[in-house]
Amino acid sequence: MSLAEPAALPVAASAAPRLHVLKRFSDRFKASLPAYLLLLPSLVFLALFTYGAMGRVFVDALYQRATPKAPVRFVGLDNISAVLADPAFTGAVFNNLVYAVGTAIPSIGLALLFALALARTSAISSALRAALFLPVLIPMVAASALFLFIFLPNVGLLDYYIGRFLPVLPNWLGDSDIALYAIMVITIWKNAGYYMLFFLAGLQAVPEDVMEAAHLDGAGPFMRFRHIILPELKPTFLFVIVIATLNAVTQVDHVFVMTKGGPSNATNLVLFYIYQQAVEHYDIGKASAATLLTLAALMGLTALSFRTMANREGGP
Amino acid sequence: MKLIDWLLKDAPLATRREITPKLGFLLTVLLAVVWLIPFLWMGVATLRPASDGINLMAELMPSLKPTLDNVRDAWEIGDFPRYTLNTTIICTGILLVQFVTITLAGFAFARLDFAGKSLIFYLFLMQLMLVPVLLIVPNLKLVAQLGLYDTLTGVMMPFFASAFGTFLMRQAFEAIPTELEDAALIDGASLFQRIRHIYIPLSMPSFSAFAIISVTSHWNDFLWPLMVINSPDKRPLTVGLSVFTATAEGTQAWGTIAAGTLMVIAPLLITFLIFQKRFISSFVTSGIK
Repeated sequence: MSLAEPAALPVAASAAPRLHVLKRFSDRFKASLPAYLLLLPSLVFLALFTYGAMGRVFVDALYQRATPKAPVRFVGLDNISAVLADPAFTGAVFNNLVYAVGTAIPSIGLALLFALALARTSAISSALRAALFLPVLIPMVAASALFLFIFLPNVGLLDYYIGRFLPVLPNWLGDSDIALYAIMVITIWKNAGYYMLFFLAGLQAVPEDVMEAAHLDGAGPFMRFRHIILPELKPTFLFVIVIATLNAVTQVDHVFVMTKGGPSNATNLVLFYIYQQAVEHYDIGKASAATLLTLAALMGLTALSFRTMANREGGP
Repeated sequence: MKLIDWLLKDAPLATRREITPKLGFLLTVLLAVVWLIPFLWMGVATLRPASDGINLMAELMPSLKPTLDNVRDAWEIGDFPRYTLNTTIICTGILLVQFVTITLAGFAFARLDFAGKSLIFYLFLMQLMLVPVLLIVPNLKLVAQLGLYDTLTGVMMPFFASAFGTFLMRQAFEAIPTELEDAALIDGASLFQRIRHIYIPLSMPSFSAFAIISVTSHWNDFLWPLMVINSPDKRPLTVGLSVFTATAEGTQAWGTIAAGTLMVIAPLLITFLIFQKRFISSFVTSGIK
């Protein structure tokens, strides 16, 4: 029952049938009005920058200019097909898939290792947790500035300490076969500590007495991990995989600072492609088409995370 | 091994002799050290005198003649005080507006019954999925149409409503016993008075958790301000640092880059080290920002 309009509720019972529906509707609306007013500020900004933005992407993807100064005209699906035919875009999609898988699996694996090792709270384990969490806090741009030097050929940190054991010094960011993997290292370094937190929280649900009972029955560490811990962590895994995938699409600031998508598009990712089309080529049509395709691709994931989130939030 | 035995001293007695958990712990310690190396290098390189030359730049042993020259250079080359001010304005502005929007919306979801509640709830939920950074192109166009291109307000605006914050507030408000509000209602308190004097004061832990997430994520935002801001004096720290890095990289001034990076991340790191527990629990609740 609404506390805001306690008087409006029991009146409508005895009106004529036709009026009845209308009146019930207007009463319902009247009773709802305070809530709508409270939601209004949020809804205005959501409408402008989330739903409105979605709508504008749809429309913008259908228009194109013949020359940079010409007025926009309707071109239907031409932008979409132009983007799909652009090797830079398909390359970026492929890179992004490699990047997503190659960052999600190691960072989630490491996060699980960290969480299992540091689940027990002590002064030392919380210091180690803090150390592993530090990269999460800093801007991707700052991480990029540090890793620019780490990957610097010949005099950089990596070559200085490890390079001397290699016969040929690789050019970490300059070699198109290696650059994407170098970029991935930064993402893993930055995100493992974040995902660790979710596994630490998930591990609290693992009952200690079941673990002990399993041990007494002769289950070794791997058996206990496989049959007790892993099933308990299933929702955590699902949740972290969703976040890791979203991060692989959206968290690409290091590409801007370190490689600008190069060498020869080897580290071009989808969001950087969109940025290039919009800001460097002033091609809003193609940028919108690429945005639209990316949004559509994330829809499957969205449906999945919808369910995960709804479960977490407990519904309205 | 003695140390590890000591660390595992409160593990259940039965499992204390197993070797696998110890190996895992050892590996984690090793990796934690590796994880800290970039920070260690940043500190050492910041204090290293230029006379050490480029070949010693990667050395992790601190120089015996530490100097603050790099800090001074970074301070003079990059306009860091200005960038810090801009970032502070952006983070504070976003947080203040969010504070109002999420309180009102959170209250509506927690305490009021209204037509279309589920539908509106899912509309909010959608914002968590449609990560705003993907919508940079249409939002840049809108910001330009509103005449807010190259303004700090333009940088802030897309974040004024927060679904995550709304849900956090809804949860906090739902936990407050209705008896408190009923008492105020009898005393004739208006809706806003009840929110102001009952709900907000009792939800401070949730507000601070949200503030931590909001400020750290917008402190670190890069792509969106990069697109909206054009004038050098309106750059936030991240954009300023990227320009600064690009300039200093050309002259191989790595000590200066390290000093500049240190200046950008120091405020966050210091705050984190002071409020460690609170940060960690906030990030756990964050999930998708």
